[in-house]
Formats: sequence, C-alpha cells, structure tokens
Amino acid sequence: MVDGKPNNEQQTTNNYITMKLYLKIWRQKDASSPGKIVDYTLDGVEGDMSFLEMLDILNEELVSKGEEPVEFDHDCREGICGTCSLQINGEPHGPDRLVTTCQLHMRKFNDGDTIVIEPFRANAFPVIKDLIVDRSAFDRIQQAGGYISVNTSGNTVDANCIPINKHDADEAMDAATCIGCGACVAACKNASAMLFTSAKVSQFALLPQGRVEAVERVQNMVRQMDLEGFGNCTNTGACEVECPKGISLTNIARMNREYLSASLKG
Amino acid sequence: MDSKIPSGPLADKWTKHKNDINLVNPANKRNIDIIVVGTGLAGGAAAATLAELGYNVKTFCYQDSPRRAHSIAAQGGINAAKNYQGDGDSNYRLFYDTIKGGDYRSREANVYRLAEVSGNIIDQCVAQGVPFAREYGGMLDNRSFGGVLVSRTFYAKGQTGQQLLLGAYSAMNRQINRGKIQSFTRHEMMDLVLVDGKARGIIARDLVSGKIERHSAHAVVLATGGYGNVFFLSTNAMGSNVMAAWRAHRKGAFFANPCFTQIHPTCIPVSGDHQSKLTLMSESLRNDGRIWVPKKMKDAVAIREGKLKPTQIAEEDRDYYLERRYPAFGNLVPRDVASRAAKERCDAGFGVNKTGEAVYLDFASAIKRYGKEKAMTSGIKDPDEATIIKLGEEVIEAKYGNLFQMYEKIVDENPYKTPMKIYPAVHYTMGGLWVDYNLQTTIPGCYAAGEANFSDHGANRLGASALMQGLADGYFVLPYTIGDYLSKDIRTGKIPTDSAAFDEAEKQVRDRMEKLMSGSGIHSVDYYHKKLGKIMWNKCGMARNAKGLEEAIKEISELRKDFWENVKVTGTIESKNQELEKAGRVADFLELGELFAKDALQRNESCGGHFREEYQTEEGEALRDDENFKFVAAWEYVGEPKDAKLHKEDLVYENIELKTRSYK
Repeated sequence: MVDGKPNNEQQTTNNYITMKLYLKIWRQKDASSPGKIVDYTLDGVEGDMSFLEMLDILNEELVSKGEEPVEFDHDCREGICGTCSLQINGEPHGPDRLVTTCQLHMRKFNDGDTIVIEPFRANAFPVIKDLIVDRSAFDRIQQAGGYISVNTSGNTVDANCIPINKHDADEAMDAATCIGCGACVAACKNASAMLFTSAKVSQFALLPQGRVEAVERVQNMVRQMDLEGFGNCTNTGACEVECPKGISLTNIARMNREYLSASLKG
Repeated sequence: MDSKIPSGPLADKWTKHKNDINLVNPANKRNIDIIVVGTGLAGGAAAATLAELGYNVKTFCYQDSPRRAHSIAAQGGINAAKNYQGDGDSNYRLFYDTIKGGDYRSREANVYRLAEVSGNIIDQCVAQGVPFAREYGGMLDNRSFGGVLVSRTFYAKGQTGQQLLLGAYSAMNRQINRGKIQSFTRHEMMDLVLVDGKARGIIARDLVSGKIERHSAHAVVLATGGYGNVFFLSTNAMGSNVMAAWRAHRKGAFFANPCFTQIHPTCIPVSGDHQSKLTLMSESLRNDGRIWVPKKMKDAVAIREGKLKPTQIAEEDRDYYLERRYPAFGNLVPRDVASRAAKERCDAGFGVNKTGEAVYLDFASAIKRYGKEKAMTSGIKDPDEATIIKLGEEVIEAKYGNLFQMYEKIVDENPYKTPMKIYPAVHYTMGGLWVDYNLQTTIPGCYAAGEANFSDHGANRLGASALMQGLADGYFVLPYTIGDYLSKDIRTGKIPTDSAAFDEAEKQVRDRMEKLMSGSGIHSVDYYHKKLGKIMWNKCGMARNAKGLEEAIKEISELRKDFWENVKVTGTIESKNQELEKAGRVADFLELGELFAKDALQRNESCGGHFREEYQTEEGEALRDDENFKFVAAWEYVGEPKDAKLHKEDLVYENIELKTRSYK
C-alpha cells in the first residue's frame, strides 16, 4: 500500500513468538458421508508461517500418529491459481483482505486463538472430502460462453490493428484478474455466482474483440449459472469485500446491463 | 540421435517443413484420438488447436480445473519479435539472444522457429481477448527483460501467465462446449501405455474416487511442465511433478540435459524450516530495481544483527555489484549470471538477512526518477521531495502493484519504503524429455511440449521466453507436426483398451501403489522429499563439483531405498488420498535426482545454469568447453538411474559463431 499505514506493530512482534492455537476443523470422509467439526490443538506456530503451512504442520503430526491428514485444496501457494479455499472463522480466505488463504500469514492471529476452519459452503459446491469442494460448476459456466470464437491460425490480424483505449484495456484487465476461487459464492448469503460470471462477461464486453458475440455470451453464461443452482444477487456486496483479487461490483452492474440489452435484442 | 531438422536455409526451414509434411484430411481427423496430459500453456493451447482442427481430444490435469495449471503463476511477460518499439528487433535478433542466453546449448533450427512464430502468438492472444497492457494511444506496451538490449516483452500487469493461460483455457472451453475436448480434471497420469512400440494411451487415476482408468489414443502429448520440485523448495506449485515425463522415460523416452536447471535470482528468501515453497518476484522488477549489498563488512554484520537499516547506508557505501561487474547489461544480466553474483556476495559475507542469504532490490532511485517525470508531465513546477516520492510510488504501483502487495503480505515489510530482500531459488528446468524437430520423443507417438521438453532454452532460459515457448509449441508447432505421424493412422481405427499391453500397464500401476502403501511406516512422504531437496540444493544447486555430485548420487540412491522400505502413507488406494499422490511423485523425484547428478557429473564444463566449480575463469565466470561438450546429453533408461546410458546429439551451429558469453 502506498498510503495505507500498515498496522503491523503488534503483528511484527508475533513473528518472533510461537503461538498455541485451538483448531476446529470440518472433517468429512467423502461426498456421501456426514461431516463434523473435530478439535485439534497445535503448538509452536510462528507468525511467518502461512495458514497452509500451519495446516502442513498439523498434518505432519497427524501422519506421524498414523491418522489421516486433513485434506485441503492448494497448489501454487502464491495467490494466483485459485485452488485454495477455506472458510476461516466464517470468512472466505480468512480475516485479511485481498489475499487468498495461501497468502494469509499466521501473524494475523494471536496466541491462544480458536480458529474454525470449514469448506466453502454452497449447494453448487458439494464437499468432496474434508475441506475440499467441487467447483466444476465454474468451469461449466465458462464453457457456456466465456470465450471469443477465434481459431488458431497464425493469420489473425496484427495485434496493433485493434487499438484499444487504455482505460478500457485496464478495466478489462481488472475484471480478468478473477482467479475463480469461489470466495464470492462462499461469502454470499444466497451463494450467488454473479461476481464470478460478471467478471468474464465484463472483460469481453469492454473489448472490441468481445463485442461480436456479446449478446449470446451473456445469455448463455447466465443460463448456465442458474442451471448450476447458484442463488440470485441481492446487492449486499459481501462478494466484493471478500474477493482476494478485489473484483468490483461494477462488473455485476455491467453484466445486468449487458443481459438487459441482450434480452431486448432477443 | 536424429533430430529431423529440415534442410535448407535457417529462415526457410519451418515453412519448407510445413509444406513437406503429410496432412490428415478433415474427415479422417474425426476418427483420430489424441490424449493431452497437462493443461498449462503448452497443453491447453495444443488441446484447443487440435480440437479446432477436428481431432478428438482428451485432456488430463491433476488440478480441479485446467485454469489452475502452474503457467498461471508466470508474472513478467512474453517475448515476441514485433519490433513495435522500433528499437531494431527482428526474428534473427530474438533467435540470437535466445541461443546466446542459453549459452550455446540449444538447437538453431528449433530456436529460429520459436522466434519466427513469436509474433503470431501476440496476434492470436489479442484476438482471444487477452488484455495486454496498452499505451495511451491504444497500442500495445512493452518492457525489457534480462539478457537483451531491446524492449520486446508484452505483459498484463504482473499476471501475464494468468492472462495467457486463461486465453488458452477459454479456447479449450469453446472446444469442450462443442464436444471436441473431453476434460478430465483431478486425474493423474500414472503410466504411459505402449502397443507394438507406439504410445497408444495412458493409465490414469481419478484422484477423487481413487479409481484406475484406461484411456487409449493414437498419440499422447505430454505437456506436464518441469521438475523443479525435485529440490523440494522451488517456485513451482506444490503439485508440480515429473511423474508423466518420468514414466515415459522408463518406457523408452530419452531424458535430455536434466542438470540444466534455472535458479531465478529474484525470489523471496527462505524464512524458516516450516517453509513449503518459495515465491518469485518477477524479473521485470529488474527494469527498475537496483540490486546491492553493503560495501563494508561491518555494515552487513550490523544489518544482520538488526542494528542498522538499509535506508541508513549512504550511497557510496553500497555495492551495486551487477552494475559494477557488468556495466553493459547492469541489473538486466541473464538469470544465471545474476544468481551466481548474488551467491558470490553472500558467500563472501555480505548477505543482508538473518540467514546471510539475501541481497537488496531497491526501488528508491526509480521512484524518484518516475516521480520527477510524472511531476513534469502533470505540470507541477519545482515539486518538493515528498511530492516526487508520492508520484513516483504511484507509477511503481501501477507497474508492479500486485508484486509489491504480495511481497508485503509474505514478508510484512513495505517495499515502497525499504528495499526488498531477495535471493535465488529454483524456478525452471531447461532439461526435459528429448524431442526431435517435430516435438516427438524417442517413443513413436509420444510428444512433449512446453517446459516438459528440453528443446529451446539450452543451458539457461531468458526471461519471458517460457510463455513464448509453451504457446509456440501448443498453438503453432505441435498441432501441425503431429499430423505427419497421424497420417499413417487413418486406417487404424479405435485403439482397444482390453489388450495385454493395457492389462500389464495397469497391473504395474496397481503393484506400485500397493508397494507404496506397504512401507514400514516410519517417516512421512514430506520427510523424504525434504531430505532429497537438501541433497539437491547443497550438491546439485547453484555451484557443483565432482566430489559433491558423486556423493549426491550415492546419497540419493540410499535415500530411495530407505523410502521404499520405510515410507508411511496413510489412507487407502480406493479413495481421495493426498498422501498417496505425494508419495508417487516423490518416488519419481528420487529417481530423477540421481540422473540429474549423474548428468551434472559427466558435463565437465560450466555453461548457463550449470556451474561446475572446477571450470571457471579467474574472475569467476563460467568456462564452457565447446570442443568436448557441444552436445545434448540424452539419457536412456536401463534400470537404476545411475546406470543410464548416454546418447549424444551434437549441436551444429551454421548461422551463429560460438563465442564466450559476455555481458560486460
């Protein structure tokens, strides 16, 4: 942050002490079994650890005792792949802003804290095991229209033949930074996927290349979104607050406009 | 080794080759199945293009969506010889820079083709709606990367890999929607199936149900990325692994130059034993950041003890060692050179964090420079210092905001106010499956694309070239060259999966998993992975010597034996089991690591990312030996990795004169 004064006086001290934490973690064998919260106590947690490294240590302990480790989704561990999830103390990706769980560091917690860790909750995101959910509904929304129909030929026009206003290009980029993690759905009381869907609709709506198929795109993607069982948007804005990439609600407004204008065009 | 390089002048080879090879007619393409393993830039692009052409494609990825492949984490940009800046760029210059950057250990013909199609990649991506950065006039913007003297890098903030991958993913989605691609997510390739010596399918495991599946095809494309995780700590994703490539190697695909590994100079330093991965800070930061350590030993010591801050050290007491040693390229020397220079300073005792393994990357002068410029263009006359810094920080934020934010979240320091601390980390592997000009491995019908093959970067890759190669292979090379092979398969018909070859391959996969589950249960999988990583980093890392490499071979071999006897894998085979997934991957790293050390031991020279301490100049620069080592080392599997058989592909330079690489 350029202007924001980091409030890390206390956090910095947390780097050098170790913490004892009380974890309440959702355990569920598979999609068809019931799940429950299980208590674990973890000692020796350092502020410099990421939240997932804290879980690594818990798992290492569980494996050494011959117990099955807690399964959770994760991959790049640098906040870009969108694989990690977790509802931490009721918030997707935990208490910090503009980070994914893998970039959340333990310095945000205090010695003696109780932390409740659950999977993202939504009808359209069924639990696979423990903290892992199935987010393939997002893929199907993209498959319904999240693309520009152009073949790979090597004979498209030269890239600079399509000048694009910098402001529009930047706004398209801001929408395109969505990592598809599903925090917006998990944050929403209606489990709506409007922020996710609108980010892709917006990206293409703002670019001349995307205008050609704009009518079909918004209709097909919204139809698929509804088919998957996501809820409706009631403009509470929780999605925007919890989004680790800061995707703006403006995108939802733009999608609504696109959808209305597509409906009028038939 | 027949690399199948077409004859004729360098610039005409690719066009001539495309005209000469056989094609499959559109009606016949509908009867041909292709498996693509891995859905990053190379795999995703290849799958989409093959499906557009009409082939039936099945894609496999271990992630829960193709969009999550690790290409997504590439930050800085993608090179293309567009010459939009009018700074004298050309296909030849991109070709030359890449060969030189690779320290003359890559194939001329492959690299020239890469340069030739680079411009098309940008055109294609823009047509797909990839939101590259633009100038105010609406044209595409460029930045500079290491090892070159032009600005040819296209970018989308610090998330270029993400945007390019989402472009390839969208192209895949269009084909999935048409039913031309069947996408298998949360699936891992466990083995390659050969029928009559040809690659005809794979055995895969559904990572959710644990079910073992058979999939057949007329050809198999491996686009499964690199093997940097053999070091345990790297900038790779946690799941990145060598399994697919290694399984193919065991079935007869030669593995080339495994010791050519890139250690990236600008990563966030290790903070403790709990560390699970390392985070890269894009090379693009070296456009504006200046790298330094204190000139005086007492300052370095005071900094390590927390008694002194970097901002308190006067300009004349700072050693901008890259600018000092390499005045022509300065902070933009290639990655291998920058990494070794950082190690040299830290080994000499000038490191700047607790562990002594960190150097500064400082933006203070860039902030002032940009601030002054911004003040002028904003019509502010005689701006004061605070205004200049404020404006400069805004410019830096616009360029690198997401990287600065990431750094602050991880390290808990504000890089606008105090210099970043960085240190080299394992990032990319130039080595990989040996392929010919058509990207075919030594197994007929088995192709390798992107980081998984060895082909274009020699002994060192230049920044912003991985994205270029992945997309070149996937969009523009493989979809055409594979047709030449498949043209002989138009009468073959569907490949059955109930054959003896599939039975045998499936049995081997099951036996191996059962063996993993039946260890005595003393140590976890991570215990072995971390041990392997330590051996690799200490003995096969930024500097290597014969003694250390010999020890590494022995130690890895012993560790592997211990692993198979004593590893503890919880859970069952027939269910979701992340420990079992890790165990299978680590088992293969334990073999690859041994071959890696063997390869490094046979290469008695220093070149690119491979630095043998015995072979250096008096100034500590790499000493190449073109007389004896101007070849690709392609290893054939014959049992234990240390017994692998070496095949040499001599590298022929017809268009470039071999020179000692100099960035001074």
